Order: sequence, then structure tokens, then C-alpha cells
Amino acid sequence: MVDGPLHPDALVRARGLTKAFGDFVAVDGVDFEVRRGEVFGFLGPNGAGKTSTMRMISCVSPSTGGELSVLHLDPRTDGPAIRSRIGVVPQEDNLDTELSVWDNFIVYGRYFGLPRRVLRERAQELLEFARLTDRRDDRVDPLSGGMKRRLTIARALINDPDLVLLDEPTTGLDPQARHLLWDRLYGLKRRGVTLIITTHYMDEAEQLCDRLVVMDQGRIVDEGSPRELIHRHVTPEVIELRFAEPAEQEAALSSAGEAAERIEVLADRLLLYTRDAEATHRALAERSIEPLTELTRRASLEDVFLALTGRTLEE
Amino acid sequence: MRMTQSVWRALERELLVFVRTWRGSAFTAVVQPVLFLLAMGIGLGGLIDDGAGSASVRLDYLDFVAPGLLAASALLAVAGEALWGVMGGVKWMGQFKGMVATPMTPGDVYGGLVLSAGVRAGAAAIAFLVVAAVLGGVSSLWAPLAIVAAVLLAIVTMSALSAYAVRKEDDRTFPLIMRLGVIPMFLFSGTFFPVEQLPEVVQPIAVLSPLWHGVEVARDATTGTVDGWTLLHVGVLVAIAAAALPFGVRGFERRLTP
Ligand SMILES: Nc1ncnc2c1ncn2[C@@H]1O[C@H](COP(=O)(O)OP(=O)(O)OP(=O)(O)O)[C@@H](O)[C@H]1O
Ligand SMILES: [Mg+2]
Repeated sequence: MVDGPLHPDALVRARGLTKAFGDFVAVDGVDFEVRRGEVFGFLGPNGAGKTSTMRMISCVSPSTGGELSVLHLDPRTDGPAIRSRIGVVPQEDNLDTELSVWDNFIVYGRYFGLPRRVLRERAQELLEFARLTDRRDDRVDPLSGGMKRRLTIARALINDPDLVLLDEPTTGLDPQARHLLWDRLYGLKRRGVTLIITTHYMDEAEQLCDRLVVMDQGRIVDEGSPRELIHRHVTPEVIELRFAEPAEQEAALSSAGEAAERIEVLADRLLLYTRDAEATHRALAERSIEPLTELTRRASLEDVFLALTGRTLEE
Repeated sequence: MRMTQSVWRALERELLVFVRTWRGSAFTAVVQPVLFLLAMGIGLGGLIDDGAGSASVRLDYLDFVAPGLLAASALLAVAGEALWGVMGGVKWMGQFKGMVATPMTPGDVYGGLVLSAGVRAGAAAIAFLVVAAVLGGVSSLWAPLAIVAAVLLAIVTMSALSAYAVRKEDDRTFPLIMRLGVIPMFLFSGTFFPVEQLPEVVQPIAVLSPLWHGVEVARDATTGTVDGWTLLHVGVLVAIAAAALPFGVRGFERRLTP
């Protein structure tokens, strides 16, 4: 997928990268490159191998095949050096729950060997970043899930990393906190920090990622910017039809014919891919197809995923 | 060099957690053994020393049981931490997973745990010795050597039990380890009565108990009978810890960086 000359600014480079647990291959020979300053995404359903890949990049899980370089270093030999320059937001929070919010910043920063004076300054900034200033001296344990998530994300920045890995950063956040976090991530990007995120939220991938790879069952099925992917695999517009009865959906499917370029059948609805929604609507009316609800929307990465794998992301 | 520094940072974290939560652990480490000392040394001891028992136990019972309790409480205070604490760190709360996402290695995490067990047991032993001395259960200037016994026992307990715990998926077997391993060891390692009182067939088993070696060191120290045997017991404890360490490092590596 990224064959050809190496991008000179590739901070992370994987070739045939593989991770097997015993006989089970979780990541099956993936190739990708993450360039300096971009937001790079891994999009895929549960079990696709996103976390396994992230853990290899963050040097906490040795690969079992292929090549990987991170910040131009080799994870097999330079693990501590690489980890000292990256920030890691794991899928599951692993805060020191018996300690206070403040102590969590300091203790974690000490792991990087940073002096306390520097840490106090950064912790103060990061408290504000996480909007936890008023909870500074509270123990972490009783904080809400969203607050813990924000703390985990802020803590990952204590070493002022060049590269930040975020594994499903906004899972468990309310919509407002999500948008705020997106803002903060844009802020990091503006400062030149390279970000790698995994998500199974379409809107998140579309909003944040400059480029992304779609993963499924340990493999990368395609790669590009959100716009490129949509352009490559689906039409610009989608009409979603829902019917009262499965039988009606069947009937509509058999008579819809040429009304759309492509039709995807889901359990509870039909997706009609079209370049001209107006014309499709007229064609449906001519065939007297009368769904319960009819929704016209722009095509999204969800549709790309469906086209690539034949499955929806939630499945 | 880097290795030493990051083990130190892991120790720093352990000690901070201890400082923030010391009330609970101080109870197991200091208050509980002192209660035992009062009950067994003064209460039970009064009974034994007046009776026929004093013929076989050539010391005041208080003098006898104080070093036993000092050593045994190092084992008890660390055992739970080594089992459930480690499961919490690698699974339930996962703080150790967070640590290895930094320049720290799994070996550093393990090293910090082992060292902090030693430091805390040392501090608890000092507190206990002071109380025991006030009660008259310490009769030699060698007594501070008993602190070494407590530190070594804590290191042995942490290095071995956490190496076991880190290999387990959950805590199902831990109560069994306590009931069939730790508690019998606590009772039958010469803590409360000399192992010579045990049936002869089981006496050699005591040699396998790290606690027995620790108790012997502590007792030699507080009663002023330090000799070549004391050194040998110290050697055995050091050897057990040294044997457990590589096993523990590998266990932490496999668990934290699979
Ligand atoms: N330590 C492990 N031992 C055995 N199998 C594992 C291990 N870690 C992950 N796997 C398996 O590897 C596959 C990929 O898991 P991974 O966590 O990378 O998926 P994911 O894309 O992050 O999924 P999700 O969206 O649910 O987080 C899964 O089938 C999982 O069961
Ligand atoms: Mg995952």
C-alpha cells in the first residue's frame, strides 16, 4: 500500500508487521507509514488488531514478524529511548487510583526521569488541559469515567512527546467532552505533534485524521484520506430506506433495480448509493416503492467500511 | 546505570503509594504483631514460664517469641501485597501497564516492588523492635541485625510470591496459597515454639521454610547468639531471593509486554 520510495518524514514505518499470540494472528503483515505532523488513524471493528498494532508501535509488545521503526529507532533494541519520546493513551485507563490527580502527574513524570520542578509546571498546565484543576488533590478512584479518561490523556503529555498514540481516546466521553478533546488534539497537531489514533467512530476518523487505514481481521484493507477513501469506494450520496415489514424490504429490493448505482442490504434497512439523489428519489416513486422512512445523507467512512468488508463497523 | 535509576523510580512510586495509604498497611505491619507480642509474650508467656514448659524453652517466652513475631510479620505483611497487589497492578487497575509505557521496563517495576517490600519491612521491624525492647523482649546489642532478617524475608516473600502471582490470570488460587502455604509457615517455622517440638519426621521440612531461616537470624540477633549458623541462614535467604529474581523478571516481562 505504501510501496515506492520512502517518505523522508516517516516517523513510524511498518513493513509486513505481524503479531501472533500462539497460533492466532492478530496483526497479519501490515504496511503503513506515519508522517511527521499528521494525524494518522486506524479504523476498524472490534478485534481488527488496532490495539495490538498500537502496542507494537509503543514498544510494549514485541512484533513477531516484519519490520517496524519508530522515530527512526528500532523497538527491539531502543524501547526505552523510543518510549521516552512518545505519549501513550491506552484503551483502558491505568491510573494510580489510590493517588491524587496531582500525584498521578508527578509519579508518571518521574518514570521519565524528569525533575520535579519541571513536572510541577507541566502538571499545572495539564490540569487545566484536562479541566481538572478543582479536583487537583482528590483521589482518582472516585472520579467519573470521563474525568479519568481526560486525566489519562493529559498524563500522556507529561513528557512533552513528539508522537502521541491514542487508543480509542473518546470512548466513554460525553459529546461535549469529545468535541473539546478534538479541539485539544488539533492544538497538539498545530504544535507539530504527530498523532496516531484508533477509533471505531466514523465521525471521529473523518474529523481528525489526515490519513487513515481501514483494518479488518488483522489486515489493512485500504489506506488514504477520509475523502479519498469515500471517493474511491462509494458514491457521494446515500439514501437509507426503512420498511415496516421485512417482506416489504424484499419487494423493494427486487424492484429497485437501476434506481441506484449500488444497493447494500442490512438487517433493518436498504442503503442506496447514488450520484444523484433527486433522480433516485424519482425512480423510487415511479416504481411505487414507499418506505416507512427515507433519509438522504452524505456518504461516510461507515459506507467505505461496508463496501470494503461487507460488514458494518458495529457488528 | 539507567537500570538502577529506573528501579529507584519504581521504588519511589511504591513508597509514595505507601505514604498515601499507610494507615491500612501499618496495621498489618506493626500494630498486629505488637498485639500478638502482648498476647503471646506477656499473656501466654506468663503461663509457660511459671510452668514445666520452661525446661524445654530455655529463654523467657517473651524473649523467645519476640524475634519470631518480628520475622513472621515481615512475611505476613508482604504476602498479600505480593499476591493481590500484583494482580491489581497487572490487571485490575493496571498501573504497572502504565509504567512500562514509559522508559521503565517490566524488570524495573518488579525491582521496585521487591525493594519497597524490603524498605517497608525494615521500617516496621524498627518500630516493632522498639516496642519489644520497651517490654523487655530484647536482650542483646546484636538486636539491630534482626532488622536485616525482616528485610531479607520481605524481599524473599515479594520476589517469589509476585513471580507466582504475575503468571496467574486471576486471584482464584491466592486464598489457597495463604491457607496452605503462608499460614502454616507462620505457625510452624519456630515462630511460637522451637521446631524441635514438632514430630521428628516433619522437622526437616522446617529447613525448607524461608521463615524458619529468618526467625533463626532474628532470634540469634535479639538473644545475642550470633555465630556461623546465623550467617548461613542469611546466606540461604539471599540465595532464595537470588533464585527467584530472574523468574520474576521473566514473569513480569511476559505479562506486561506480551
Ligand atoms: N494478549 C493476547 N493474547 C491472545 N490474544 C490476544 C491478545 N491481545 C489481543 N488478542 C487478540 O487479538 C485480536 C485483536 O485484538 P485487538 O485488541 O488488537 O483488537 P482491536 O482492533 O483493538 O479491537 P477493539 O476495537 O475491540 O479494541 C483479538 O482477537 C484479540 O482477542
Ligand atoms: Mg482495541
